[in-house]
Amino acid sequence: MSKPREGSPQSVQAEIDALKHKPGALLPILHAIQDRLGFIPEAAIAQIADALGQTKAEVHGVISFYHHFRTTPPGRHVVQICRAEACQAVGARRLEAHAKASLGIDYHHTTADREITLEAVYCLGNCACGPSVRVDDRVLGRVTPERFDALTDALRTQILEVAG
Amino acid sequence: MSVHGGVRVFVPCDTTALSLGADEVAARLEREAQARGLSITLVRNGSRGAAWLEPLVEVETANGRMAYGPVSADDVSELLDAGMLDGREGHALSLGPTEAIAYFAKQQRLTFARIGVTDPLSIVDYLAHDGFRGLEAALAREPREIVEEVKASGLRGRGGAAFPTGIKWQTVLDTEAPQKYIVCNADEGDSGTFADRLVMECDPYMLIEGMTIAGLAVGATQGYIYLRSEYPLAQKILDTAIARAEAAGYLGDDIRHSGKRFHLEVRLGAGAYICGEETSLLESLEGKRGLVRAKPPLPAIEGLFGLPTVVNNVLSLAAVPYILAEGGQAYADYGMGRSRGTLALQLAGNVRRGGLVELAFGASLQELMEEFGGGTLTGRPLRAVQVGGPLGAYLPESQWQLPLDYEAFSAAGAVLGHGGVVMFDDSVDMAEQARFSMEFCKVESCGKCTPCRIGSTRGVEVIDSIRADEDRDANLVLLEDLCETMVDGSLCAMGGMTPFPVQSALTHFSADFRRPADGGHS
Repeated sequence: MSKPREGSPQSVQAEIDALKHKPGALLPILHAIQDRLGFIPEAAIAQIADALGQTKAEVHGVISFYHHFRTTPPGRHVVQICRAEACQAVGARRLEAHAKASLGIDYHHTTADREITLEAVYCLGNCACGPSVRVDDRVLGRVTPERFDALTDALRTQILEVAG
Repeated sequence: MSVHGGVRVFVPCDTTALSLGADEVAARLEREAQARGLSITLVRNGSRGAAWLEPLVEVETANGRMAYGPVSADDVSELLDAGMLDGREGHALSLGPTEAIAYFAKQQRLTFARIGVTDPLSIVDYLAHDGFRGLEAALAREPREIVEEVKASGLRGRGGAAFPTGIKWQTVLDTEAPQKYIVCNADEGDSGTFADRLVMECDPYMLIEGMTIAGLAVGATQGYIYLRSEYPLAQKILDTAIARAEAAGYLGDDIRHSGKRFHLEVRLGAGAYICGEETSLLESLEGKRGLVRAKPPLPAIEGLFGLPTVVNNVLSLAAVPYILAEGGQAYADYGMGRSRGTLALQLAGNVRRGGLVELAFGASLQELMEEFGGGTLTGRPLRAVQVGGPLGAYLPESQWQLPLDYEAFSAAGAVLGHGGVVMFDDSVDMAEQARFSMEFCKVESCGKCTPCRIGSTRGVEVIDSIRADEDRDANLVLLEDLCETMVDGSLCAMGGMTPFPVQSALTHFSADFRRPADGGHS
C-alpha cells in the first residue's frame, strides 16, 4: 500500500488517530496537523469533530481562538516580529514599520512570491537582546532594519547566518 | 579531564545565545581547532543568564573555568591565537574566571545555581551538582511533611499572584479525589521575562524534580507542563529530559524503587497570552477555547477535568528541590518581611547588561538597574521602568528606591509579578505605551467579560483621541473612568490590571498626553 499523500484525508486521519485517546486531545491534534501541513485545512475540521465527538462549530471555535493556528497555507517561511514592550524599548516599532515597507505586506499576509508570511508575536523570551524576530523555529536577537533585510534576502536564497 | 582528552570548551545553547550566533561560534571553534591540530571537547552548556555576554564561551582550566564574551564566530581565530584554550587572559573579550565576574558573584543563586554550569540534558551533570537530592528527601517523607517543609520556606507563587505555595498544596492534599494533577504554568507571556525559559532550557531536570515532589506531596500521579508555543527549543529540551528521566527511574510507575508513581507530559499552548491565567490555562489543557473561569471553585478543589489540581509557575516548582534538599528554613533565611527566599529578576529592554539576576527580596529596584544593569543600552537617561509584565505599572524615578518586595510594590500601586524589569530611555512616549497596553488587551482578551473585551477597544480609541488632541480634557476624564471600570469590573487580571500601566503613565508622565496632535516629540 502506498503512503497517503501529504495533506490527504488519510494523512490527517493518521495524526488524529495517534492522539485522540489523550485527555484534552484537541490542541495536540491541531498542532500535529499544522506542524505537518503548515495549516489546518477546512476539510480536517469535520474529521477532528467526528473523532472527538464534538461539533464542527466547537472545533472551529478553538482554532479561531488561538493566534497560532491558521486555516490557510503560509508562505515558505513564517517571520514573526516581537511587538512587546521590551523590544519596543530598543526600536521594535521602527523595525516593524521597516519590515512591512520592505516586504510590502502587513501582518498576517504573505509576499507575492509566497516566500515569507509576516506575523506579529508578543514576546519570544529574548527580552534582554531585542528587537527579536523568529524565523520558523529560530529566534534572532538584536535585529536592526539592515539585518532584517539581509535576513529576508538570505531566506529567499535559503542561506541563514545568524551573526558574523 | 574529559574522556576525549581535549580541553573542554563550553558554548551555550539556550535561545538567547543561539539568537546571537552561538551555533556559528561552536562550528567555527571546531573547524579552527581541527585545522590547527588542537584537541577540544565541545560542551553545549546552558546559559548562565548574562544575556549581555552571550555567546559566553568558557574554557576549563586547572584553576576553574575562564570566560570570554560576547564572542562572535569571527573572533574565534583571534581568541585561539591569544591562548584561549590555555585560559589565558589579556584579549579584549577575556573576562577572567567565570565565577569571579561581578554580575554572577553578587547574586544569590539558589534556584539558578546550576544554569550555565552544566549540560542541560546530562543527568550525570545534574546529579554531580546536587540534583535529585530534594526528590530523595521527599521520597523518605510523608506527604504532609513535604507540604509542611514548603510552608516553612515561605515560598509564594512566582507567577505573579504571590499566593503561598504550601497552602495551595495543602488544599489539594486535603481534597479527596480519584485523580489529582500537577500543572506547571510555563506560558511565560510577560514581555521582559525569560526566567522560566532559562529553567526549561538550561536546567530541565530541576523542573521535573520540583513537579515530582509536588506530585508526592499532594497525591497526584499525572503532571502537565503547559508550555507556550513561542518556546520551541524549550519543548525539545523538556521532551528529551522527560524521556531520559523516565529511563533513569526518576519518573514513571516506580520512582527510584519507591513504588510511587508520577508521569509528566508537555502540552503546547497556541499563542494566547490569556492562557497564562490559571483557569484559562486549564480550559486550554482540556482542549477548549481559553476562556477564563469564574472562581470559586478554586482549581485546587475543582481544577483540570474538574479534579483537584496544583497550578504553579515554573519558578515556584523550580524552587522546591532546594527547599526539600536544604530545608524550608534555609530558603526562608533569605528575603524581607513576608517575601521569603529569592526572586528571579530579569533585566530587559533598554539595558546595557541585561539578563537574569537572582537576588534575595529586599534590594532596591535602583540598585538592580544600576549595579547589575549598568544603565541604559543607548546611554541616554533612564525615564520609565515597567516591572511585572504588560499588566504592571510604569515607574518614574521617584519610585526607583522601592525595595523588591511584594508588599512594598503593592503599597505603591505596582506589582513585582514575574520579576520582569523593562527599562526605557527618555525617547519613550508614554502615551504611546499606554495605548499599547490597551491594544495588547484588545488583542489578547478572551472576551468573556465586557469590561475587558469592550473596555480595551474603547481604551485604544480614547487614547487615540487624546493624542490627536480631540476634546482632550474630556477624554482624559473618560479614560480615568474607563480604567476604574475595568479594574473593578473585570473577571481576571487581564482586564483588571491592564489599566495599571495606563494609570501610572497618566499619573507620572502626564505631559506625554498633552503633546501637540502631530505626535511632536519634545
